Amino acid sequence: MAKLSSALASRLVIIVPYAWLLFFFLIPFFIVLRISLSQTTVAMPPYTPVFDLAGGLAGILDKVREFSVDNYVWLTEDALYFNAYVSSLVIASISTILTLLIGYPIAYGMAKAPPAIRPTLLMMVILPFWTSFLIRVYAWIAILKPEGLLNQFLIAIGVIDQPLIILNTNSAIYIGIVYSYLPFMVLPIYSALEKMDHSLIEAAQDLGCTPIRAFWRVTFPLSLPGVVAGCLLVFIPAVGEFVIPDLLGGSETLMIGKTLWSEFNSNRDWPVSSAVAIILLMILVVPIVYFQNVQAKADSEGR
Amino acid sequence: MEKWSRFNIASVVLGFGFLYLPIVLLVIFSFNESKLVTVWAGFSTKWYSQLWHNQGLLDAAWVTIRVGLLSATCATVLGTLAALALVRYSRFRGRVLFSGMVYAPLVMPEVITGLSLLLLFVAIGFDRGFWTITLAHITFTMCFVAVVVQSRLLSFDQSIEEAALDLGATPVRTFFAITLPVIAPAVFSGWVLAFTLSLDDLVISSFTTGPGATTLPMKIYSQVRLGVTPEINAICTILIGIVALGVVVASIVTKRREVQRERDERAAIAAIG
Repeated sequence: MAKLSSALASRLVIIVPYAWLLFFFLIPFFIVLRISLSQTTVAMPPYTPVFDLAGGLAGILDKVREFSVDNYVWLTEDALYFNAYVSSLVIASISTILTLLIGYPIAYGMAKAPPAIRPTLLMMVILPFWTSFLIRVYAWIAILKPEGLLNQFLIAIGVIDQPLIILNTNSAIYIGIVYSYLPFMVLPIYSALEKMDHSLIEAAQDLGCTPIRAFWRVTFPLSLPGVVAGCLLVFIPAVGEFVIPDLLGGSETLMIGKTLWSEFNSNRDWPVSSAVAIILLMILVVPIVYFQNVQAKADSEGR
Repeated sequence: MEKWSRFNIASVVLGFGFLYLPIVLLVIFSFNESKLVTVWAGFSTKWYSQLWHNQGLLDAAWVTIRVGLLSATCATVLGTLAALALVRYSRFRGRVLFSGMVYAPLVMPEVITGLSLLLLFVAIGFDRGFWTITLAHITFTMCFVAVVVQSRLLSFDQSIEEAALDLGATPVRTFFAITLPVIAPAVFSGWVLAFTLSLDDLVISSFTTGPGATTLPMKIYSQVRLGVTPEINAICTILIGIVALGVVVASIVTKRREVQRERDERAAIAAIG
């Protein structure tokens, strides 16, 4: 009896979270896919019915015949969507590179800090990540406004005499993304650098490498897993970012997360927004799968 | 050990300045007398006292706290189970899919998660509101809990579990007597993380909400769109304070448990020796 209940318990450990994720994470994507293939109607919910099991197999087949790719055709015909995808990818790529350029020296400096203060530094990097995303983006509005704190400061010290227009431009989006996602970049790089065996650098220097050469030949390659994980953690969510372009970006900024949101909330066009989501997912599936492999590899090394 | 060079100190100090300055400015201007958030006009706490008379805001805060407590608790149970499944069962049917479903939500753009969950709730005819937000939050936060607990399980010395099993404890008993106490700090920080993520979430909540269930971030967002006001700074400051306090308490608890555990281990080894 005890043995039976133990076997059952170990089954449940797998089955319960598995079933939860299947139902609330995987199945919804199929529903999105299905709705992206249906017609828009003026009803609630605003699309033609998904499945009507009452019709039996024949009914389902009828439904399948009704599938339409109109929404996808619509997306390709309207340059707005294409531009939004491209500009999201461009903005996310530039932001990822900027985050790496700013995040790497921070992670490097932390890894070189005296061991006694490292846990405190680590905690200080994590802390902003726990504070609300929305609040952190909001904080930048007061700084970047034309009459905001940054312009006041720059005018006061005499660098400029006309306020810079930063808010509601792409520059504000870059600042917002770099700022919000910086901890995601710093943490994996820091943990890669911290694990590194310092004697390797000493060996390289003993063999005549200059410190800069030793960095590029030894340190950087060894930190590469952290760099890759950090870039993916920034890039993937940034492509679909909504809050930052909405609050900091201007009306001319096109990002697909914002397009999807307004398609859904303002135009109430559920089938088209589903199609937008499916294409976004198809674009992101390669980096997401790559990220999963990186994670799984890190786990098996930790074992 | 090479010394901490000036370049390294500078990059850490500048980096942390960049991370903290906006938050510090936001907190400072929540105490501004003037309605302008960019011109200092003297110290005042009037914006805080005004918050107490804003019934819509208080209702939203109450909804947010209930969603957070409930979803964080469920997410911690599910996430811990998921972490155990990933670490302790190296092969079972569909493991690749399972680990994929645990990691994907960590990076999935929120607009996609939100839309897909909404369409699920509509398809199964579930009334939208408090419960749908809670279910959505459980789903995306459990994956963060799983990752936190998993990293603790990976550094866990499995021989003590094996010892308990050899001594005749059932796996269930072994889990509660040995495994859970050891991973408890990670489970606790997983809970805190899930709670703060739930507290913060705007996009997924906005998609999955229904009439009558407005969370604090949704309320803040709709006010932010109308402009920056010291009142929003005041709410934000309170939220930052709660989160900072939570994180500090969590890290002290974790630290204390770790120290206690190390002391116990040393005592046990000394007793054997």
